[in-house]
Amino acid sequence: MTERVVITGTGIVCPMGHDVETVWHGILNVENGMGEMGIFDASTFPTKFSAEVKDFDLSTQISQPQKHSGCLRGSSFALGATAQACKQAGIDIETDSPTDGIDRNNMGIYLGAGEGAVDTDAFFNSVGAAWDSENREMDWKKWSKVALEKMTGTRELEQEANMPSGHLAVLTGARATNRSCLTACAASTQAIGEATLLIRSGKADVMIAGGAHSMIHPLGITGFNRLTALSTRNDSPETASRPFSGSRDGFVIGEGAAILVLESFSSAKKRGAKILAEVIGFGSSSDAFRVTDMHEEARGGRAAINYALEDAGIEKEKIDYINTHGTSTKENDSIETKAIKMVFGDNAKNIPVSSTKSMSGHLIGAAGAAELIFCALALRDQTIPPTANLNDSDPDLDLDYVPNKPRKADLNIVMSESFGFGGQNDAVIIKKFEE
Amino acid sequence: MTNRRVAITGLGAISPLGLTVSEMWDNICQGKSGIDTISVFDASSLPCPIAGEIQEYKLRSFVPKFHRKAVKLMSRDIELAVIAADEAFKSSGIVTKATDPDNMTLDPKRISINIGAGLISCDLIELAPAISESINNGEFDLKIWGEKGLPLVTPLWLLKYLPNMLDCHVGILHDIQGPGNSITCGEASSHLSISEASSTIKRNAADAAIAGGGEAKVNPIVLIRQSLMERTATQTQDPQNACKPFASDASGCVFGEGAGLVILEELEQAENRDAQIYAELVGCGESASHSLDYKGLDADGKGLQIAIEKAIVEAQISPEDIDLIIPHGTAIAVDDKAEATAIINALGEAGKTIPVLPTKSMLSNTGAASGGIDIIVAAMAMKNSTIPAAINCEKIADGCELNIVKETISKPIKYALICSYTYGGQTAAIILKKIDGDSND
Repeated sequence: MTERVVITGTGIVCPMGHDVETVWHGILNVENGMGEMGIFDASTFPTKFSAEVKDFDLSTQISQPQKHSGCLRGSSFALGATAQACKQAGIDIETDSPTDGIDRNNMGIYLGAGEGAVDTDAFFNSVGAAWDSENREMDWKKWSKVALEKMTGTRELEQEANMPSGHLAVLTGARATNRSCLTACAASTQAIGEATLLIRSGKADVMIAGGAHSMIHPLGITGFNRLTALSTRNDSPETASRPFSGSRDGFVIGEGAAILVLESFSSAKKRGAKILAEVIGFGSSSDAFRVTDMHEEARGGRAAINYALEDAGIEKEKIDYINTHGTSTKENDSIETKAIKMVFGDNAKNIPVSSTKSMSGHLIGAAGAAELIFCALALRDQTIPPTANLNDSDPDLDLDYVPNKPRKADLNIVMSESFGFGGQNDAVIIKKFEE
Repeated sequence: MTNRRVAITGLGAISPLGLTVSEMWDNICQGKSGIDTISVFDASSLPCPIAGEIQEYKLRSFVPKFHRKAVKLMSRDIELAVIAADEAFKSSGIVTKATDPDNMTLDPKRISINIGAGLISCDLIELAPAISESINNGEFDLKIWGEKGLPLVTPLWLLKYLPNMLDCHVGILHDIQGPGNSITCGEASSHLSISEASSTIKRNAADAAIAGGGEAKVNPIVLIRQSLMERTATQTQDPQNACKPFASDASGCVFGEGAGLVILEELEQAENRDAQIYAELVGCGESASHSLDYKGLDADGKGLQIAIEKAIVEAQISPEDIDLIIPHGTAIAVDDKAEATAIINALGEAGKTIPVLPTKSMLSNTGAASGGIDIIVAAMAMKNSTIPAAINCEKIADGCELNIVKETISKPIKYALICSYTYGGQTAAIILKKIDGDSND
């Protein structure tokens, strides 16, 4: 018999707060994390705002921050969120002799995590000093000299995308499978799904899974601005993320980490851990369509949803709520709506769907995990988080997007979906826990 | 619950030792090294001016017309993956969209894709004109960048450097619509990707998969990063002899570029279509190091030891059954010693006698590709019943009591163990089994 997988802990560090209850309270009050770009001076960029994590202090979250002294933002957020999730789950951290009853050889890590920011000063100044504009060539000797002066080993190492999950292994003592993936905006939904499969297959009893990412740095914003993917509503950052609205003009970039403790039901039961929800379905697919666009009829997105439903072994009518990818870009929101209609048919309009990115911003690699935590809280409180800033209709977008205020509802089974640039799609289904 | 087994039925590699698997294998058998002075840019001022570079190739011959336009969106890492994927599918006999869209062998939804990637660094020359427009009084000025530099960056620039784009391009070329993932765990990426793809087939979410990794590390920033982490060779005068895994005079690692991809396939399906079966994937073990400098293994190799032990349990074999070990073997003295300790602690006395073939002395360290390439080397060793001699290890380092292969060994190889670990901490071990005729044995 395959192991059932349950959620026993959650933790979050995001633009709306540094713990789960604060963030959820903000979501239910339709607050948001947007504001003028503070991490760097973006006053001349097409987009001058973002959703940043503000005033985060790792030393308030863990007791040995010195073991993680070189951390960049993503790793630091991941450590904080993991500390919270472990605390809720009753898992000891920062100790060589845990007493929580979990064998560290059977506890693993799976993150959807992004690369850290390049060292802006070293990167730009080394290239700037070495470029010969007249002959249009680099003086590599000059470049090496400046780069060697300005760059440091730790700063460079910490940019690697697998560093957040490496830090979590040290924090928690986990010695089972440790993986990190980067399927763009779908990464942490993927990580949670794959971690679920690892527990089912017996490769781990406990998986610390989720995402961590910060792309709020000059090259990140440059890249997204050039793709014209970001909102440029600079006069109104707070209302700029408006998924499914007729006046949406792009996503608002956020940052953060969201972590779930996933556990086999038998392990949770043995430890007497409180179960928050059960993970019952995961689906993953590839578009194989175009580098630059989603498939017009969301072939891949539909496949991921269908695989997740099949994996959960439920009728699609059982889905009570969908936390959408809902980025607030023209393309995503239209195609995602189409996908939901094609999968759920006539019933699609009866399913409440919303995008919490309207408030949190788009946490990129960490987005899916944050949204799955919101799904678990929706089950707990029997309340659907809204889509904020939804005042202008788009004739093609006619689902029940739960506009502008949360809604009480009977929720038993809910789904979170994530679609990444590059065509990777993932969906996870969770259920109120019943033994 | 079905008991599905997973076989390797296709191999694709592009490496400093050649554009194909057979070229690479022949060169390894001849004890050649693909490491040389860096030629693509003037690296004379870098701490380590040598690397494993790939000889010239014609990308367009690997990209059918329907995807030609997208070639300009390929960073070198993506190119290498595209080339290795082409060989991997062709060698497996599976017909995909790239070869013949009208006669595809498998349902695209039943193929999975899991190509591990590194931290893809952008092409500095591509950005340089924009950056140089943004210099004020000799210093880079972000405000000027926003106004003048940023608009000069090509609109789709970011798409070349997202690590999931190896999967994206290969997936489009071969029409792979099943489950997919892009694992980004440094030098352990290939192992973890192959392990995950194998599970995808075992749980019946796919019948075949392309898995492994690709990375182009011959990039100034990538190389200098490794030097700043104090991982690169300090004795580089004689490039071919510079990378000396497990040797007493090892001075560090030499980096390079490559891609190593395998086709995994459900065993029964592979047998039914009379595919060449290189090996069965019988054990995948994974763990993590807890080294506080995050640069490599624990001093006692614990993280890797656990991974090897898990792989052996899954393979249901004893250490003595293993005929060949391909270690990660970076030639970074502390890590080599820790790896040797891990192997011996996991395998006991057998760890001291099983032939060990480090490959980075010849292939360089191709990062995310290295594990995929090593697994391909192991599969070729099995196919040819040959363990090529190692190079650059005249005297073994103290504390590394491994049996580094001194002379070519000709004998059947039933089980091979391939190890991997990375900065950041992830560790992995994979065990392959040779299947002769009756797969029930």
